[in-house]
Amino acid sequence: MEDIRRRIRYNKFWNYIFMIAGLTATFVGLFLLAVLFIDLFIDGSERLTYKFLTSFPSRFPAEAGILSAWVGSFLLLFVTALSAIPLGVAAGIYLEEYAQKNWLTNIIEINIANLAGVPSIVYGLLALGLFVYFFEFGESILTGGLTLALLILPMVIMATREAIRAIPNSMREASYALGATKWQTVHWHIFPYSLGGILTGIIIGLSRAIGETAPIITVGALTFIAFLPTPPITSEFPFISFKWLMDPFTVMPIQMFNWVSRPQVEFQINAAAAGIILMIMTLIMNGIAIHIRYKFRKKIKW
Amino acid sequence: MAIFDDELIKLKEKILEMGALVENSIKDSIKSLIEKDNELAKEVIQRDHIVNAFDVEIDEECIRLIAQRQPKAGDLRFIVTAMKIINDMERMGDLAANIAERALELNKEPNIKPYIDIPRMRDIAHGMTRDALDAFVNKDKRLAMDVIMRDDEIDDLKHAVISELLYLMLEDPNIICRAMRITFIAQYLERFADHATNIAEMVIYLVEGKIIRHTTMPE
Amino acid sequence: MVNENKKAEVKNLNFYYGSNLTLKNVNLSIIEKKVTALIGPSGCGKTTFLRCFNRMHDLYPHNRYEGEIILLPENVNIISSAIDPIEVRMRISMVFQKPNPFPKTIFENVAYGMRVRGINNKSILYETVEKSLRSAALWDEVKDRIDKPAFDLSGGQQQRLCIARALATTPEILLFDEPTSALDPIATSKIEELIVELKNEVTIIIVTHNMQQAARVSEHTAFMYIGEIIEYGKTDRIFTTPSEKLTEDYITGRFG
Repeated sequence: MEDIRRRIRYNKFWNYIFMIAGLTATFVGLFLLAVLFIDLFIDGSERLTYKFLTSFPSRFPAEAGILSAWVGSFLLLFVTALSAIPLGVAAGIYLEEYAQKNWLTNIIEINIANLAGVPSIVYGLLALGLFVYFFEFGESILTGGLTLALLILPMVIMATREAIRAIPNSMREASYALGATKWQTVHWHIFPYSLGGILTGIIIGLSRAIGETAPIITVGALTFIAFLPTPPITSEFPFISFKWLMDPFTVMPIQMFNWVSRPQVEFQINAAAAGIILMIMTLIMNGIAIHIRYKFRKKIKW
Repeated sequence: MAIFDDELIKLKEKILEMGALVENSIKDSIKSLIEKDNELAKEVIQRDHIVNAFDVEIDEECIRLIAQRQPKAGDLRFIVTAMKIINDMERMGDLAANIAERALELNKEPNIKPYIDIPRMRDIAHGMTRDALDAFVNKDKRLAMDVIMRDDEIDDLKHAVISELLYLMLEDPNIICRAMRITFIAQYLERFADHATNIAEMVIYLVEGKIIRHTTMPE
Repeated sequence: MVNENKKAEVKNLNFYYGSNLTLKNVNLSIIEKKVTALIGPSGCGKTTFLRCFNRMHDLYPHNRYEGEIILLPENVNIISSAIDPIEVRMRISMVFQKPNPFPKTIFENVAYGMRVRGINNKSILYETVEKSLRSAALWDEVKDRIDKPAFDLSGGQQQRLCIARALATTPEILLFDEPTSALDPIATSKIEELIVELKNEVTIIIVTHNMQQAARVSEHTAFMYIGEIIEYGKTDRIFTTPSEKLTEDYITGRFG
């Protein structure tokens, strides 16, 4: 009996050690993150005013704002979402449910996973050649949006496939056994059940896209934009304009980079403030993703 | 399951033990008559209690096996057969005891005439019983059918005995009591053989799954 | 005596998985509005055989049918490649081994079969859902919560829900693939009772590895071994006097 007790004490000791190590590692990470954010906050909070959010950049730091930057980011994400989501989800559904599982689809799967790891600047170069010059979209929001769409497409496809794979086969069999076609099964079961995972993947993709700088610069986002793209709603027929797609633009990370590179201290403060805004936007998007996953997980428990 | 196989073997052994008792009882009961052995007769009467105890014990075991082992197919038929033939054997034990009781009564007085047909009936009945039980052990359909055929023989003998005794009773009324007792013994022997026939019919069920009671044999 | 019509006739059925012949020369009659049980040791092909009836094998590659399963009275061979599997599944439903209700409401689960057929009229759906849940002996237990998730039900209730779901489309044959192997004894006996009642409405084929269950619920039993039918006949005869020694050995538990 005493041997057993000794062995238990020994095991518990190592248990304790690992627990401490794990806790330490976790807190180091959280601590550094907190330090970063607090530092940012200390530096930039004074500039977080309504005026800051609604002014264009200017040579005078006190006047400078991020209006064009966050509108640009927003419109860009809009185009990215509209392009990447339908394409990525449809591709994911096709590859999982419709395509035959053979050597070809295996190669496709491997390559999609590889694409997710390609450095983003390579996407920038591709977009430069394809969208800016070949399709002659120019250095516009459309180009920027499509570039980021290409970037996050592999992530959306993989998230869709994983979400679909999580569905047990018994669901499919139950649906088919009732006389459903493949489309009916996808429409009524596969898609609704995988929606949680798909949405999570989309939002994580978008929250990555919002912070991408290199490919955007490559396709020619400008750094000093003191105007907004053409409004989509016009006063004349047909009341909706797509001209804004072809307008030049800038995004938040670029604006931050631009300010940080300037010598004046006040611009550093601006950059910090913009950084806070950017972090908040990212955290909100991730928070939404987590909330969606939680809601769906409650509804559907395999 | 192996344990079930063991239980079936033990069941069969018990049935054969009971059968041996019954076979011996019919022999001994007639012996006690012919040799005027009252001690033997009393022993046969006592032995019936043991036969009855076997009946109860084997019956309970069969019921337990049905409940716990859910026998099917051949095993099921075996247990059903077992339950039915022990009924017959219990009655056979009773009949042997009845013969012994009549023997005790008859032994007090001199014989009417030498016993000839009664021992012959005993031989047939004993042979049928032994063969029916052998057929049961060996699942021997032919032997079982043979036993069933012999029932007619003993029926004929019974009629012969009763006719002869009737004639003797008419001649000499003093022997009526003794003669009646001997008639009863003949009846008991004939019924004993009927029960042996029942056992043989159950053996056919065991082997073929067909119940042939109350039908006439085509072969 | 009750009229024994055939509902389906299996003729020289061979089934290939890739180049493996997994069902060999199967011949069998399925009697209408009776329960036919398929028994046999693991791997004997009984589930494979069952899944031929509703063309489930068509969902996966490398499967091939040879021979015929003739559905009566129209005399159509349901495993012919000329017949659309979806058409077959519209007439022949299946209940699976592990209860697999959809993660939707109880109502939506039972209504799904009809939505697939384009029936969306609310009142018709409600009527059919109630009727199916009653047939599955589940209505009284769920009538106050048919808009609640099906996953809230217990295992036995979920399986009865799956039965209701399969019944909603008034199938001609109902296939059960070991329907109670994942359930406790009380749920199992409820479902067996249900099966015995249901056969008045629909022909039933049930695969079970529990011989007692086959003995309890079926009128006809087929014993399969390594892809072949060894013996087929009335259940009471199979369980009292089987003709084949292999059947006898399996039934008395000497192997398998």
